[in-house]
Amino acid sequence: MLDFIQWLQNPGLGHFLLISAVLFSFGIFAIVTRRNAIMVLMGVELILNAANINFIAFSRYSSGSFDGQVIAIFVIILAAAEAAIALAIVLNIYQNFNTVNVDEFNQLRD
Amino acid sequence: MDFTTIVFYLFAAITLGSGAVVVFSRNIVHSAFSLLFAFFGVAGLYVLLLADFLAVTQLLIYVGGILVLLIFGVMLTSSVIDVQIKTGTVQVLPALFIVGALAAALLTVFWSTEWKVLPDPPAVDTTAPQIGELLLTTYLLPFEIASVILLVALVGAAMIARREKQA
Amino acid sequence: MTQDTILLLAVVVLLLPLLSFTLLIFFSKRIPRQGDWLATSILFVTLFLSIAILWGKLLAYHSDVLQTTFTWVDFGHVPGIGPLKLDLGIMVDNLAAVMLVAVAIVSALVHLFSIGYMRGDVRYGRYFAYLGIFSFSMLGIVLTNNFWLMYVFWELVGLSSYLLIGHWFEKKSASDAAKKAFIVNRIGDIGMFTGIMILFATFQTFSFDAIFGAIQGGTLPMGSETWLTTAGILIFCGAIGKSAQFPLHVWLPDAMEGPTPVSALIHAATMVAAGVYLIARTFAMMTAEALMVITYVGAITAFISATIAIAQNDIKKVLAYSTVSQLGYMVMGLGVGAFTAGFFHLTTHAMFKAGLFLGSGSVIHAMHHALERHGDHHTDPQDIRNMGGLRKKMPVTFWTFLMYTLAISGIPLTSGFLSKDEILAGSLAFHELTGHSLIPIIGFFVAGLTAFYMFRLVILVFLGDHKESSRSESIHESPATMTIPLVLFAILSFFAFFSPNPFGAADGWFFEAIQRPVSVVPAGVAAAGAEMFEEALHHSHTTAMILSLTMAGIGILLAFATYYWKKINADAIAGNVKPLHTFLVNKWYFDELYDVTAVKGTLVVTKVFRWFDNTIIDGLVNGAASWTRAITLGTRKNWEEGNLSAVFYMGVAGVVSSYVAWLTGSSLWSAETGVLQGAWYVVVGLGMGGLTFFLFYAGVGGFDNRIVDGVVNLVAYLAGFFGLLTRRIQTGKVQTYIAFVLLGVMIFFLWFQ
Repeated sequence: MLDFIQWLQNPGLGHFLLISAVLFSFGIFAIVTRRNAIMVLMGVELILNAANINFIAFSRYSSGSFDGQVIAIFVIILAAAEAAIALAIVLNIYQNFNTVNVDEFNQLRD
Repeated sequence: MDFTTIVFYLFAAITLGSGAVVVFSRNIVHSAFSLLFAFFGVAGLYVLLLADFLAVTQLLIYVGGILVLLIFGVMLTSSVIDVQIKTGTVQVLPALFIVGALAAALLTVFWSTEWKVLPDPPAVDTTAPQIGELLLTTYLLPFEIASVILLVALVGAAMIARREKQA
Repeated sequence: MTQDTILLLAVVVLLLPLLSFTLLIFFSKRIPRQGDWLATSILFVTLFLSIAILWGKLLAYHSDVLQTTFTWVDFGHVPGIGPLKLDLGIMVDNLAAVMLVAVAIVSALVHLFSIGYMRGDVRYGRYFAYLGIFSFSMLGIVLTNNFWLMYVFWELVGLSSYLLIGHWFEKKSASDAAKKAFIVNRIGDIGMFTGIMILFATFQTFSFDAIFGAIQGGTLPMGSETWLTTAGILIFCGAIGKSAQFPLHVWLPDAMEGPTPVSALIHAATMVAAGVYLIARTFAMMTAEALMVITYVGAITAFISATIAIAQNDIKKVLAYSTVSQLGYMVMGLGVGAFTAGFFHLTTHAMFKAGLFLGSGSVIHAMHHALERHGDHHTDPQDIRNMGGLRKKMPVTFWTFLMYTLAISGIPLTSGFLSKDEILAGSLAFHELTGHSLIPIIGFFVAGLTAFYMFRLVILVFLGDHKESSRSESIHESPATMTIPLVLFAILSFFAFFSPNPFGAADGWFFEAIQRPVSVVPAGVAAAGAEMFEEALHHSHTTAMILSLTMAGIGILLAFATYYWKKINADAIAGNVKPLHTFLVNKWYFDELYDVTAVKGTLVVTKVFRWFDNTIIDGLVNGAASWTRAITLGTRKNWEEGNLSAVFYMGVAGVVSSYVAWLTGSSLWSAETGVLQGAWYVVVGLGMGGLTFFLFYAGVGGFDNRIVDGVVNLVAYLAGFFGLLTRRIQTGKVQTYIAFVLLGVMIFFLWFQ
């Protein structure tokens, strides 16, 4: 018990990993359960953030170099590109099918 | 309990709390706005990890760019008149089971692994110069490719989203 | 320039034509003018870079060999061989540098010429793209430092020549010619490939240096000098194909079906030069016997094609056979040991033969337009009997053409004189050293023939009066894009570019730069060394010069006497030796010979195989099937009728046939069968037969219905069952699948924890 309190009092690598794991699970849950395509996208963003927390935490505590941070930057860049493209696709689908529920569009052309 | 620890728990709470709201809220607008706080909390965690440059980048790109895009998406696709802003969910129970198991597995792995931890992590002033140097030396090629990807994404997004009604 | 700069430039020179090809093949429709200016300017850049390479190489690294290699595949430790790596790379020595410039000059000027010649062609852009890949593959051959890349580029040259010869593939003759060129080349290539493999099997490397070094160190392919000779001759087979040597020369005249600038490219710089270049590259490993073969092949080629050229009336056919003949000269020159002279002739010949072809292209172009204006679609624009008097109408073409003709006939002050004279002197020296007198005799005789048929061409095309006086009005000189290359090639046909002394090539930079490589073969089987050869050459130089000038003079005089002054009636002579003339007009009946032997032979062999397959193999299979069918049907019928003795006989027939089948099968598998084994076979055969009998007795249908069908049905039922089971989780919704993916991830966690 004392150990656990000790652990709680000194935030370190484990704490960040814990947060990232929970955030990751949240993202997965959103992807699997929500019907709205934009909600699915939000889930993806949460997952990417969770991964970034891991990268930076390891960069700080385990490697001592900045490679992890650079990778995180690339993740952010890809997230931006992905969000733009995905939203464009969602808008296009909305125009063609008048819905954004992922289980309702099931053909590639109208 | 020193000051840093308190701030850490504060940001952790913000991140996880808003993350939970994002996922469990039935109202998509609420989800979108709590996503803002989740990103903000993550940025705070970056600061605690001494990644100042990334924290600012996180705020600029996620909060300033991606989130605005998402909210635009919400507004453009939910017809305002027949308010369908509440969004449905599917297969919640199996998903809860699977995600719970996944979270448990991840936590177990994180907990039980002996991570390599530096005895005293280097304290740095600011990370921007080092990151800049890495980007222009070791990671020059990925950096350039990323720029091309962004350009392609830009053009592609404009191309796809363009309203094109054929005759 | 440092060594690295030169090598870098060489890589750039190699890749530029490929760039031209890539751009034009994909985008020629979108580039203005279909990209002809792009391809041409790229080739001119290539030309300037090649000149820079030659300049830097000769000035700064005169006697060095610049190389760079990289490991292409590292096989690691191969059982039975040991460590095995394949190193590839490029090499710039003087030979390659000179060849580079020759190829680039011809290719660039052919590009320029084609702008005028090919105007309005249906596949204009693609034509220039193909020119690009042709130049690329040839430059690759020039720059490689190993047999592997040499072979790869060799095949690329074959491919691109196929594409270009068949450029007008709507014409059956053109597509046939393309196929012929490709297939005939393949025959030679098989020899070359075998040769390379012999070398590789022994040395486990493709690098020229490594192989030559190992031979010099005393390691011979397969451990014998015979194999070394064999390998040399086999590699020379590749040159026979590409350089159109006897007996594979038949493709080159047919290749005239391609556009004329392509002929210029093929004949002067790219394809046929590849063969000669290959001999030059591998000269060091050729034994005396291999060189003897090379010499005789070259001499025979030179003689045969020179005689054929006399009797041809198509302007391009005459030039084609003259190319074959000159190639024979080069190969002969290399074979007799006059290495520098042979290669020198390749270079000088490239210039004036490219010019000759472009000049003939200019003439055909003019004739074609004149005929079109007159609405005449029957007269052949390439037949020299329809020409004449073009001198006044096309002065630039005439004077340049005359210059090339002088050069190819070996008249002093031209580059052709220098190189030809050296080869002839070499053949005399060869005679002195080995006693083979046929070689110089053929050499000088062909020199006279060359002068004769080339001047026949000039007189019939340019001098005298035009055959149709009305037509001559509408013949005009070609546009500047076509005449500029002609003038440039004519200038390059002067002696001054190669040697300051118009009577001795040996004083020029060329002979200083290109030295005969030192032979690496064991002394016992090597040809006469360079010093002995030089010594003999020294004696024969003046003789050779006088003799060759005399022969050329006689040839020219005869040509004028026959076709200009009409003192000699050519038709009468042809009539007197009718069989000989027909023989020559029909090109020594080589095509017919190959048709009867190779083509028909292949067809007969395929027919035999087909018969064997249809009758024997199919007969066995079908026979077994119908035999079984007959027995089963018969058994069943008799059984149902209660005719037991017939069933018994059927059963016996089944046993016997099974036994026969078994014995046949086993004796096919193993030739030697002991008594015990034979007994065992009998037992097994009887067992099989008994089983057959039993099956017939029990009724084949029952077994088939219950057991065989039962198994099949069970499998089908199981498949259906699992299908139903898995169908329920196939909801068609992405999110469900993601959930299953997560489940899979979890399983991995548990598995690897």
